[in-house]
Amino acid sequence: MTNVADPLAQRSRTTGLSVIVPRSEAVLIPLAALLAGSLAFSLFLLLVGKSPLTFFGLVWTAGFSTAFSWQNTLSQVSPLLFAALCVALPARLGLVVIGGEGAIVLGGLAAAVAGAVVAGWPPALALGLMALAAMACGGGWIATVGALRIKRGVNETIASLLMAYIAIALFNHLVEGPFRDPASLNKPSTLPLTESLRVGEMPLIAAHWGVLVGILACIACWVLIERTTLGFAARIAGDNLRAAQVQGLPVGRLVIGFTALGGAFAGLGGFFEVAAVHGSANASLIAGYGYTGILVAFLARHNPLAIIPVAILLGGFAASSGLIQRRMDLPDATILVFQGMIFVAILLSETAYGRFRIFTATYWEGR
Amino acid sequence: MNDFKVLSRRTFLGSSAALAGVSAMGGVLGAGSALAQTPLTVGFIYVGPKDDFGYNQAHAEGAAAVKAMPGVTVLEEENVPESIDVQNTMESMINFDGATLIFPTSFGYFNPHILELAPKFPNVRFQHAGGLWTPENPANIGSYFGYIGMGQYLNGVAAGHASVTKKIGFVAAKPIPQVVNNINSFLLGARSVDPTITCQVIFTGEWSLAVKEAEATNALCDQGCDVITCHVDGPKVVCETAAGRGAFVCGYHADQTALAGDKYLTGAEWNWAGVYTGMIETVQSGGTIDNFVRGGLAENFIKMSPLGPAVSDAGRAQFEATKAEIMAGGFAAYKGPLKDNTGVEVVPAGAALVETDVAIESIGYLVEGVLGSTS
Repeated sequence: MTNVADPLAQRSRTTGLSVIVPRSEAVLIPLAALLAGSLAFSLFLLLVGKSPLTFFGLVWTAGFSTAFSWQNTLSQVSPLLFAALCVALPARLGLVVIGGEGAIVLGGLAAAVAGAVVAGWPPALALGLMALAAMACGGGWIATVGALRIKRGVNETIASLLMAYIAIALFNHLVEGPFRDPASLNKPSTLPLTESLRVGEMPLIAAHWGVLVGILACIACWVLIERTTLGFAARIAGDNLRAAQVQGLPVGRLVIGFTALGGAFAGLGGFFEVAAVHGSANASLIAGYGYTGILVAFLARHNPLAIIPVAILLGGFAASSGLIQRRMDLPDATILVFQGMIFVAILLSETAYGRFRIFTATYWEGR
Repeated sequence: MNDFKVLSRRTFLGSSAALAGVSAMGGVLGAGSALAQTPLTVGFIYVGPKDDFGYNQAHAEGAAAVKAMPGVTVLEEENVPESIDVQNTMESMINFDGATLIFPTSFGYFNPHILELAPKFPNVRFQHAGGLWTPENPANIGSYFGYIGMGQYLNGVAAGHASVTKKIGFVAAKPIPQVVNNINSFLLGARSVDPTITCQVIFTGEWSLAVKEAEATNALCDQGCDVITCHVDGPKVVCETAAGRGAFVCGYHADQTALAGDKYLTGAEWNWAGVYTGMIETVQSGGTIDNFVRGGLAENFIKMSPLGPAVSDAGRAQFEATKAEIMAGGFAAYKGPLKDNTGVEVVPAGAALVETDVAIESIGYLVEGVLGSTS
């Protein structure tokens, strides 16, 4: 249909293709992996004599079908967004940090303690200070992991995991000891936040403001990584550390900066858990969001923009877990098995990138 | 505290009889029968697995008893963390399954989760295990708990007779009043048999942390403790480890006879089956459950596991005698003069703390004879 003689049309067609086709690879391959994981899980369900159709129907019903389902799903999303950023940001520098849980609980504790100190202050200022305290605490914690890596060559994966255990032990010690509200008898907690220091729900959507802040944080991180020189330097260091050093890039400062930023977001996630959900810091804060965040970040292939839909998807899975337990008489681990299968499929699909000619513009131009 | 209603057996029987009378009258008038047959959807939410041989299993056994009742649909969900998850679970049970009575059974579900949700669903009744309701809280929340310290006291009596080394051990989760009271009661029960007995306590710091529970049990056995009990969510690891090391076991939360075999002396169990079926009957007959109910052995809130074969005749006799005393009411485990394990007098001579004493609910000291500290 196109007039081949018209060089202008030819050119625009080419640029269109060269933009769309390579990018579709990053969307289609994960989607195919999602499908493959779902199919494998369906086989598993059939093996135990349950209907995959009922299963996916219930996931839809409980996670996405009604306003209540969306509220249920979105209420799970906020901590996942922040926890995933704590994995994705260092990952762009080639670091696998899996201890975001530690930054979340310490961030939450810092927010609760700061909240007790600034109780009488104007709410906007007080909330800002609480969030800052949480980010400083979480950021400092994960930056230590980065510093250990750069200064001492300590493996960041192991260090972050072990430091998460230390963080939880420290958290328990502080909540049950120095920061304990004497009135919290059988469930040791910090002093409850005053009503003015609670983060409420957004208008129209029955989910707290943490969801919106988390989404904005993801977008900001995407801009940082893809559209700034700093992010460019980080990507180079992540792809080839030696080359980055030879180029004279400040690798040490990049690593510490990105781990600190990731940790700060995890800490902010802890702040929202305390200020929007729990109202004080106690053992309920140790809910494993930091670990689910690892899954979210890997599924999103450490792309901060992709974290948003993945977190919503996993939030929906989590929201449907209960209905699946109740209606299908399956154990609560069912959703975990499902997530695990998808995770494996996505990891396997990593090897597929660059192997299919249909994802090159030249393939389509040649037709 | 006067607003709290303690459900004694007499008032329970009285009100049940009155309710039976009302429903019988209703039957005659042809109105109550329709009410009784309104299908009731009841949700049970557990913080851990419902087959944990412990806290959650005790509640699940109660749910199983409710399931057997006519006109009731039971929903169950396990491993629900004390986070926004439990709010979502409760709302999901209400919105998708039409639940009108919900038993969120974990202590930490109350604040903020139940408090947050109850005002949004005034027609749903939230029954929380833990005894936290106060008159300022919404009226559609109820709270209930049992005096299980008495069960640990009876465990102590059985342990006192079985121990040869005169050292008994306690694997504890966190140093909070409920746990501290259980430790004290266990030792005081044992000291009612032999006042030279000591009890070594180890806190694991978590409600459910199998590795530490096993380590703690082994450490207690290494130190010569020959009867072990615990207060953790799932006593499975403690029971099996202790029995495997040749120590006797006193159970907690649920019946663990199957785990420890001949080494099982007895156990302090919750009796939620009786409590829950009673509450459902109240609702089915159109009544309202009291917002705050508590009870002990006499009120069928707690029960003891059947005595194991290792309990001597003398042990059996004292166990039954003490149990009868507790059933009679007004029993005190803490009798003055009593010191804590740092030498400070906590109950003066002539005074006593009976099982219902509110002072026990904020207890922070370990009594003399308990080896260990809460900090």
